Amino acid sequence: MARIELEGLTKNYGRVTAVKGIDLDIEDGEFVVFVGPSGCGKSTTLRMIAGLEDISAGVLRIGGEVVNQREPKQRNIAMVFQNYAIYPHMTVRQNIGFGLYTAKLPKVEKEARIREAAATLGLEDLLDRRPAALSGGQRQRVAIGRAMVRNPVAFLFDEPLSNLDAQLRSAMRIEIKRLHQRLTTTTVYVTHDQVEAMTMADRIVVMRDGRILQVGTPVELYENPVDVFTARFIGSPAMNLIPGMAGEGGLRVGETTLEGVGPHGLPNADVLVGIRPHDLVINGNNGGRLSLSGVVTAAEPLGAETLVHLDIAGTDVIATAPGKVVPAVNSTVTAHAAPGSLYLFDAKTEKALGRA
Amino acid sequence: MTADASSVELAANSRKIRPGRILAWTLLFIGGLIMVTPLLYMFSTSLKTAGQVYDLRLIPAEPTLDNYIRVLSDGRFLRWFLNSIFIAATVTLSNVFFDSLVGYTLAKFEFRGRYLVFLAILSTLMIPTEMLVIPWYLMSSQLGWLDTYWGIMFPGMMTAFGTFLMKQFFETVPDDFLEAARVDGLNEFTIWWKIAMPMVTPAISALAIFTFLGNWTAFFWPLIVVTSPENYTLPVGLSSFAVEQSIQWEMIMTGAALATIPTLIVFLVLQRFIVRGVMLAGLKG
Repeated sequence: MARIELEGLTKNYGRVTAVKGIDLDIEDGEFVVFVGPSGCGKSTTLRMIAGLEDISAGVLRIGGEVVNQREPKQRNIAMVFQNYAIYPHMTVRQNIGFGLYTAKLPKVEKEARIREAAATLGLEDLLDRRPAALSGGQRQRVAIGRAMVRNPVAFLFDEPLSNLDAQLRSAMRIEIKRLHQRLTTTTVYVTHDQVEAMTMADRIVVMRDGRILQVGTPVELYENPVDVFTARFIGSPAMNLIPGMAGEGGLRVGETTLEGVGPHGLPNADVLVGIRPHDLVINGNNGGRLSLSGVVTAAEPLGAETLVHLDIAGTDVIATAPGKVVPAVNSTVTAHAAPGSLYLFDAKTEKALGRA
Repeated sequence: MTADASSVELAANSRKIRPGRILAWTLLFIGGLIMVTPLLYMFSTSLKTAGQVYDLRLIPAEPTLDNYIRVLSDGRFLRWFLNSIFIAATVTLSNVFFDSLVGYTLAKFEFRGRYLVFLAILSTLMIPTEMLVIPWYLMSSQLGWLDTYWGIMFPGMMTAFGTFLMKQFFETVPDDFLEAARVDGLNEFTIWWKIAMPMVTPAISALAIFTFLGNWTAFFWPLIVVTSPENYTLPVGLSSFAVEQSIQWEMIMTGAALATIPTLIVFLVLQRFIVRGVMLAGLKG
């Protein structure tokens, strides 16, 4: 196990800078998830940590040692790839054992490690099968087994669940999380799926355009996003954003003025008011701080609740209604947001201004 | 419509004989016949006596294995046969090794001038063998390779076609496999040998088949470079057989029939790769 430190880590491809000098400390045993849209630099960062991409500038330390110039094999890390990368011409046993190919261990010791990894991942009965005879989830477990068997100082996962169906993805999420809790090995996990990030991470790193936007625990990011991008990226369905005006008299959203609400020192500034769908409730408590009326454009009953799509003065907004309440399309409804559930952002810079 | 009814209709459709299909089968049958007839006559003639050679009946009146006994008991034939086996096998192994190595390097490593090297290799495909024979001969003469096995083999030890074929195939191997092996601590040669090569076995088989058959049947260059009968390959030997024996067709056909045995074995062992190989190569067969 080891601490991983990124100091001004930069990656250039010719004139294009994919990763723009990022700084991050990943603690020993921590599970850190890099999340962001395609092309944000998260996979490139992971590949630099693995040693599969040269570092253009900056310093990378693993276990306190600078490893910029070290080959992947010299870093003692293990990586799990999106397409599993398990070798089709080898059996499960050979694939898992391949992680020990260069290890100078007695055969008995190697076999013991393979068996231990297989037992941990429930692959004991499949050791003599080839990958073609395995399901997607089993293949991914083999890939994890190959990573585990070496006792690496860190695990790197590059979108490992992207090729699995929703049900299997959910099951594998839990398996990987449990595995981390058991092994407590430092783990860096890359995904574009915010649900994976929220459910698995000790800390989430949100990236965009080669920069880190925010680092924090899932709850911190959910509660205090630093800007509109993070606010909309974290949480599902995405946060609603409604244009408003902050002034001396308070915050004006649509027809409603909330007195004494809003950032101070910003007279008549355009703002974006963020409301998470779960905080905007139809038929909720009328005593909510903000009430918004709109026309129902669609309703998605999910059983426990219903997601209601509203058109509020030309803005698409998602609100929630209790499970048994399914408002009719084209009907007008009123949704309420409780005090403290509003997020305010500067309309120009999109930076967070605080909660209201 | 019920499932049973639809399956009955499907079966009826598949049984329906279309005119296009009849035409295709007829053409294929004629093509097959044209290809097979010389082979059948070859085997038929090899079972005839000298006096029966010009009796064109396919089934000999008095079939005999005497020709086979005579050819096989002639030490020269066995020598030529082994020469051909040795040369074809060596060139095939060399091609599989070097063409794969170069193809892999061109497909999977970024380096300056990569495309230039590839284009240079490809451009050699445009030069006909006839143009190369004189430089090869001069080179062999100067280096003392005339009338040696190496003289026969060296022009084909690595080919542009093989390199091209292997490069195209290695490009289909996802980089993740190679990177996973790098993270696992393998060196580049071992990654090529242990990971990449087993993943392109269809291409290797195709390359091996084409190279072996090409060298087994090669006639022009071996005829030029080799002068001693003990260094002849089978095709060259058989042709000299004809001149020396004043065209004993039954003997030539017996030699030719024996010469097809290795190609038949190669075909039977690797036939599932041959179609794929022809499809991959697109230009050879």
